[in-house]
Amino acid sequence: MARHIEYGEYGQPRGARAPAEQLATGLGWFSIGLGLAEMAAPGTMARLIGVRERGATRRVLQAYGAREIATGLAILQSEPGAQWLWARVGGDVMDIATLMPTLNDAGSDRTRVLTAIGSVAGVTALDAFCAMQLSQSRGRDAARRGSRTNAVHVRKAFTINRQPDVVYSFWRKLENLPRFMRHLESVDVIDDRRSHWKATAPAGLRVEWDAEIVEERPNERLSWRSLEGATVPNRGTVSFRPAPGARGTELRVDLEYSVPGGRFTALLGKLFGEEPEQQVADDLRRLKQLLEAGEIARSAGSTSHRQPAQPAPDLLREQVKSEGVRR
Amino acid sequence: MRATCWLGKKHVEVRNVPDPGIVNPRDAVVRITSTAICGSDLHLYNGFVPTMQRGDVLGHEFMGEVVEVGPEVHDLKPGDRVVVPFPIACGHCNMCEKELFSLCENSNPNAWMAAKLWGFSPCGIFGYSHMLGGYPGGQAEFARVPFADVGPLKVPESLSDEQALFLSDILPTGYMAAEQCGIEPGDIVAVWGCGPVGQFAIVSAYLLGAERVIAIDRVPYRLQVARERAGAETLNYEEVNVYEALQEMTGGRGPDACIDAVGMEAHAPGLYGAYDRAKQAAMMETDRPIVLREAIMCCRTGGTVSVAGVYGGFIDKFPIGAFMNKALTLKTGQTHVHRYMRPLLDRIERGEIDPTFIVTHRRPLDAAPEMYDTFMHKQDECLKVVLKP
Repeated sequence: MARHIEYGEYGQPRGARAPAEQLATGLGWFSIGLGLAEMAAPGTMARLIGVRERGATRRVLQAYGAREIATGLAILQSEPGAQWLWARVGGDVMDIATLMPTLNDAGSDRTRVLTAIGSVAGVTALDAFCAMQLSQSRGRDAARRGSRTNAVHVRKAFTINRQPDVVYSFWRKLENLPRFMRHLESVDVIDDRRSHWKATAPAGLRVEWDAEIVEERPNERLSWRSLEGATVPNRGTVSFRPAPGARGTELRVDLEYSVPGGRFTALLGKLFGEEPEQQVADDLRRLKQLLEAGEIARSAGSTSHRQPAQPAPDLLREQVKSEGVRR
Repeated sequence: MRATCWLGKKHVEVRNVPDPGIVNPRDAVVRITSTAICGSDLHLYNGFVPTMQRGDVLGHEFMGEVVEVGPEVHDLKPGDRVVVPFPIACGHCNMCEKELFSLCENSNPNAWMAAKLWGFSPCGIFGYSHMLGGYPGGQAEFARVPFADVGPLKVPESLSDEQALFLSDILPTGYMAAEQCGIEPGDIVAVWGCGPVGQFAIVSAYLLGAERVIAIDRVPYRLQVARERAGAETLNYEEVNVYEALQEMTGGRGPDACIDAVGMEAHAPGLYGAYDRAKQAAMMETDRPIVLREAIMCCRTGGTVSVAGVYGGFIDKFPIGAFMNKALTLKTGQTHVHRYMRPLLDRIERGEIDPTFIVTHRRPLDAAPEMYDTFMHKQDECLKVVLKP
């Protein structure tokens, strides 16, 4: 994963703090201050808010004080989360719920209690506002960060009952890739190292890019990466190892690509059945079918083949002859 | 063409659907002359197999005449009379090379679905849910047969359809169930379930050298066939305690091998059966493992339990203690039909096996809905239905 600069709410780098965060810090300190007062001087606090001072009242006030301090400390962490502000809202509601019954208590000062309830209600509004602001800016932040760094990384292994040189040659002839990679439309080879790729993306979009081979060890390993300017920057490595006991080739694929919109696009894709792991697995399964069975299994109701990669059997036969695939 | 379509739980209809054609180079299209309803079709009928879709064409036991072949099919030609194995196998993957055809790695286009449920996918199967391929089945006038250079077996004119038809599934399935028992001289084999697979398991156990075969069921006419046609001693589990009866009959040793030819929809009398029915209905288990439990409890120490009946999901109270401490061997799998078709055809030709004794109903294809119901309820002494498209 590439390194990234974190951006705050209005696009300023972190340090220039957003108003919601400043408010959160204020509320955090307020929480701690109030909590300390409740813990240290429950009697004074009780008189201040107009409730009768009893043993039970003191214990309740001290417990609430502890709660205030805990919430305050949580909010003041380096990256305050909206959840702690929501916790404050919950605490405020608790306070009001506790104060309401005391209104009709014989020993209560109604005016003071009402004032206390009003004050808590005001703070509640402030807490809720701050929590909402924070929730939203967190979402935007993540989206921004996502578009820069949330690369999708997929690793998959399959065993193919063909010798490594056969599997390697098939893959190295990059024009073959669209025959089993469902989202690839075409790969045009430009020269020894460079090629031009066209693919379909979710929602009927099309993407194109140039790629270059960065490492090539015949019959063992092949790595490539997209060149500058790709909409979907990507890189991949595929390795070919003889499977033990004449079981063919262990094929390992390691792919990474960054999609515009990052994690959110990826999540959306998942909702529509475009799960990257699954896609790669399906692609490799089709490669296995092509190389072992000579065709891609298809049925009237094969759900993974609404747009089947075309088997192109003639091409395979040609391949089979030139590469000496055992049939 | 006319085809038997699954429309929902306990609802099949014979409908008009598009004719199949060649899709892949190794395909053939077969005009079906005989097809049968399998006991495992009843699991679909009763709605116990997930990923069935409304309109799916049923049937995985069929034979007929080749009418069209793809460019890569060299040893079949239009006009050939063939019986088609129910597992679809490519013939070239590691599993096929080991003759484990029902584990073919390339024939299930929806392998990912099965892999989600089971970790890995077995082969694709005709007319048996989408997670096993979504291939239209053979209770129809025509069927597309993938990898036709590997599966279909030519049937000599000297054999009738009924003699050859069961090579597609139940005869090899009963045979493999018996073969998995590793029968030695003097062995006594117990077979739970006297449906068609159970009957063939009994016959096969004798062919493979069993001293005695004891068959267990509750349906009198099926027990009678097991006794009179397959040659088994029989137990009606509604009348006797199976464990005690088997002890008594085996001199206290227990059967050397036990075959479960029942699977996920087993019955049991009284509360015990009600327990698993309730759990299954509440989706707390998907299968009723009544026979499996009993077979493990009844089997002698060091014996083998061979499972031919179909299971799909998860079970409750697997007697792992009995299984482990008695050092049992559990063998199972969808049948590797391709492996057994030729040798069993030879046995039929030599007159060593007459598979036709199980057939009780011969009907036109259009009678399929009624026959599913008859077979399911074991009415009219129904044991095996053959449909003629």
